[in-house]
Amino acid sequence: MAFLDRAARSIFFWEFLKSFVLSMRYFVGKKSTLNYPFEKGPISPRFRGEHALRRYPNGEERCIACKLCEAVCPAQAITIEAEPREDGSRRTTRYDIDMVKCIYCGLCQEACPVDAIVEGPNFEYSTETREELYYNKDKLLANGDRWEREIARNLELDAPYR
Amino acid sequence: MIFTHYFQTLGMSYPWAWALSQIASMLVFLVCLLVMVAFILLYDRKIFAAVQMRRGPNVVGIFGLLQSFADLGKYLIKEVIIPAGANKVIFLLAPLVSATLAFAAWAVIPMDQGWVFADINVGILYLFAVSSLGVYGIIMAGWASNSKYAFLSACRAAAQMVSYEVSIGFVLVTVLLFAGSLNLSDIVRAQTAPGVLAFLHWNWCTILFPMLPIFFVSAIAETNRPPFDLVEAESELVAGYFVEYSSTPFLLFYLAEFLNICLMSAMLAILFFGGWQSPLDIWPLNAVPGVIWLVIKIWFFFFLFAMVRAFVPRYRYDQLMRLGWKVFLPTTLVWVLVTAAWVVYVRHGGA
Repeated sequence: MAFLDRAARSIFFWEFLKSFVLSMRYFVGKKSTLNYPFEKGPISPRFRGEHALRRYPNGEERCIACKLCEAVCPAQAITIEAEPREDGSRRTTRYDIDMVKCIYCGLCQEACPVDAIVEGPNFEYSTETREELYYNKDKLLANGDRWEREIARNLELDAPYR
Repeated sequence: MIFTHYFQTLGMSYPWAWALSQIASMLVFLVCLLVMVAFILLYDRKIFAAVQMRRGPNVVGIFGLLQSFADLGKYLIKEVIIPAGANKVIFLLAPLVSATLAFAAWAVIPMDQGWVFADINVGILYLFAVSSLGVYGIIMAGWASNSKYAFLSACRAAAQMVSYEVSIGFVLVTVLLFAGSLNLSDIVRAQTAPGVLAFLHWNWCTILFPMLPIFFVSAIAETNRPPFDLVEAESELVAGYFVEYSSTPFLLFYLAEFLNICLMSAMLAILFFGGWQSPLDIWPLNAVPGVIWLVIKIWFFFFLFAMVRAFVPRYRYDQLMRLGWKVFLPTTLVWVLVTAAWVVYVRHGGA
């Protein structure tokens, strides 16, 4: 009987009909992919994307050139040079991140005592040349200005868990 | 012919007008065929995507309708790379052979009552000859590439196509025994019968029914489509016999593959599903032009081919050969006898 059963199944393409029905069910089902450039998936407040240097609300830059981020960076992607400004405060004259070297571990923002360097929610910053990925201080501060609202909100949302 | 009369009104003699109109209608037909293949390519990708719960191409044009044309542009402007060790002449001839033969086969396909370029009375024989010649394009490509992978793939493709051509051949024999003609238009006409339920008189509802799945499976194997795509088994042979090809030569192979699949869909429609006829002989349906019915049927069978590609895992090579030689060949041989006996003893002659 087992032989007859098997023979009947293969003659009538039973497995194929069943899998056809199953794949038709998937065919009409909901798509599991997003229509990416127009739709985006949800991002955690802790998402570690493109770097940004933040400012205080009065416009003063937060970074005090303590170089903790430079020291902790496992990929040695950060380069900082500093000297006192005319008003006597210690500030960076150079703050470069090599985004090609960066491994997006987030240790720089953990190390930062003043929440100056952060990794923001932006992940769409591909470029056409490698040189454009060598970020300098101007670029990072511009990022900070551009993403400040999202960054501040994410820090606030993540604060209870710190 | 539609254009003959037009050219005659321009003051041409009949032979010239006839020749010109033939060329004009062939051009129109080829363009229509190419446009259909362009959309079939997209259709294939969309079906495959839908089964995998993806969206498929949807950026070029609305719903990605122009995707194939973008791909065409890409293929045309890419660089033609010819491997250093390749036999240049044969390397470039192979895609031409494949594409030309794929186009040539369409000459005998009746798109509607009387809409056929070569209404020859050995249409099936011609189709059989042309599709057998298709192996040469593949062998030439595999050999001329001077690459192990391409050569191995070409050997597999040749063995596979030859094996399944045998069973396809016997399926065709049963159909032509039943219809009593080798002319494809006559085969379609033999499936007409008075009555509203026209589809019950098509060959699939007769004694030929067991040949339908065999033809379907053999057609997939013949066109080297999944699940019988051992020719291009990605994990073993990279891309198959056209692994060394790029740009337009590659495009020609791709085109030939899809033309052959469309041809097999058309053959399924003509041999078993009444070709250009409407399934129900009632007013709104039988007023639709036959060519539209044939195209609808082609798209339906292509849908089935694409679905099979989406849900059936690839066969092992020995399973493929076993299925071809040990299952399909004996079955079709027996069925040739059964059909012949049916025609002689039940329908009393007529073959």
